[in-house]
Amino acid sequence: MDRLIYLDNAATTKTAPEVVEAMMPYFTEYYGNPSSVYGFAAANKEVVTAQREKIAGALGAAPNEIYFTAGGSESDNWALVATAEAYGAKGKHIITSKIEHHAILHTCEYLEKRGFEITYLDVDGNGEVKLEQLREAIREDTILISVMFANNEIGTIQPIQEIGAIAKEHGILFHTDAVQAFGQVPIDVDACHIDMLSASGHKLNGPKGIGFLYIRKGVKIRSFIHGGAQERKRRAGTENVPGIVGFGKAAERAVTTMKERTAKERELRDYLIKRIETEIPYCRLNGDRANRLPNNINFSFQFIEGESLLIMLDMKGICASSGSACTSGSLDPSHVLLAIGLPHEIAHGSLRLTLSDETTKEDLDYVAESLKEIVQNLRNMSPLYEDFVKKQSK
Amino acid sequence: MYTEKVMDHFQNPRNVGEIENASGVGTVGNAKCGDIMRIYLDIDENKVIRDVKFKTFGCGAAVATSSMATELVKGKTIYEALQVTNKAVMEALDGLPPVKVHCSLLAEEAIHAALWDYAEKHDIKIEGLEKPKSDIHEDEEEEEEEY
Repeated sequence: MDRLIYLDNAATTKTAPEVVEAMMPYFTEYYGNPSSVYGFAAANKEVVTAQREKIAGALGAAPNEIYFTAGGSESDNWALVATAEAYGAKGKHIITSKIEHHAILHTCEYLEKRGFEITYLDVDGNGEVKLEQLREAIREDTILISVMFANNEIGTIQPIQEIGAIAKEHGILFHTDAVQAFGQVPIDVDACHIDMLSASGHKLNGPKGIGFLYIRKGVKIRSFIHGGAQERKRRAGTENVPGIVGFGKAAERAVTTMKERTAKERELRDYLIKRIETEIPYCRLNGDRANRLPNNINFSFQFIEGESLLIMLDMKGICASSGSACTSGSLDPSHVLLAIGLPHEIAHGSLRLTLSDETTKEDLDYVAESLKEIVQNLRNMSPLYEDFVKKQSK
Repeated sequence: MYTEKVMDHFQNPRNVGEIENASGVGTVGNAKCGDIMRIYLDIDENKVIRDVKFKTFGCGAAVATSSMATELVKGKTIYEALQVTNKAVMEALDGLPPVKVHCSLLAEEAIHAALWDYAEKHDIKIEGLEKPKSDIHEDEEEEEEEY
């Protein structure tokens, strides 16, 4: 099996060749530490600044509001922990949602153990946060609202502008985890009243190990990594110059190609969704049908289990992911699928396919055909399906 | 993550299917946890397992352990079949990842549940066989959700 169809771009993406090309000289030629005095290294400071400008431009932010980190998880941890520390005297209440990435949820659990109170907002059946519930959750001592821009599993895009407006109205800081959204949908931090935003390089054809946290000017959040004056003294550590250059290139690439690329992805996404819905019975599309990331497809197939499905797809050269317990390393299926109201057994049978700009219609036809065959084979092996068929024929 | 044997039994599972009017049927596990195994036994008058079939809802290891368990009990007497432990199933598969050991326990339990059903139907007692704990028929009242 030589064919490889990579449909797990929400997990990570291929580093674009032009990104690698842009990075290379900063490993072997311009390897100097930007903090050094001599010209050979000091030039790298300007290179880093140039990337900061590019990224800030993509968000409608100022360059000095972009702080490079080692990735999305660090940015999320930093935003939450440092805000809690800086504003803990004002209040101990934080509002987030039930479908956040674990980088947010586990950090919230950490803060709970340290005296903070967290409200986890429900989502509706499509995975959208309920604004009414958000309004009701706000208290005198609420210091932060953190709601992701778009969900990594089911692709649902949140009403960020409305959430931002509510936060602003109440004078509460608003953080959004935009790891999946940055480079996929247009983001304007001012229009959405975003105070902090996390993003990661490797989700948009950039390198792994680099991310940033946008912090609006005036937000008094402290350093998370101590030990140097880098990143305006807020994030110590020698700059990952090749990573930053790669991220800058990837962001530039993602922004300039966004309209055309996402239009094509949307079309292909909807094409495969339609094929699956019309050709495979007893399935359910998870996430909002229209208001979802351009490259995200998430289905539950009744009577079968996700890991089996993934291994079978792998045999056919198709890379995908699932929210089943077996793939999460715990006994429970994905918290996101449970939060949108799926019963356990249906959540176990979920499949996520996330497209890239290299995905073709031919690839998706092959996926649809393979999926049809695999789902039927697994159902033929499933006692749940056997019972269902017997019940139907009664 | 899986051994070659596990992959082989997952991709080409032996004895998948149903047996009509089976001598004994056992179903264990529950859909909530993501694993259900059902074993059908066809047992002759000499108490030899003439045929065995299975159906499994679950991960790769769940399917492979079911498949291997059916292989190990086929042609055996019910007393020999009772001696097929989860360890034997695991060894026959060249091992399982630690998080998947419960699948082999489920396979052992499924065989026991089918033997128990056979014993009940034929009103006999099989020495050493205890009533399986996780037979889902005990709490199957929960209606399956459909959409």
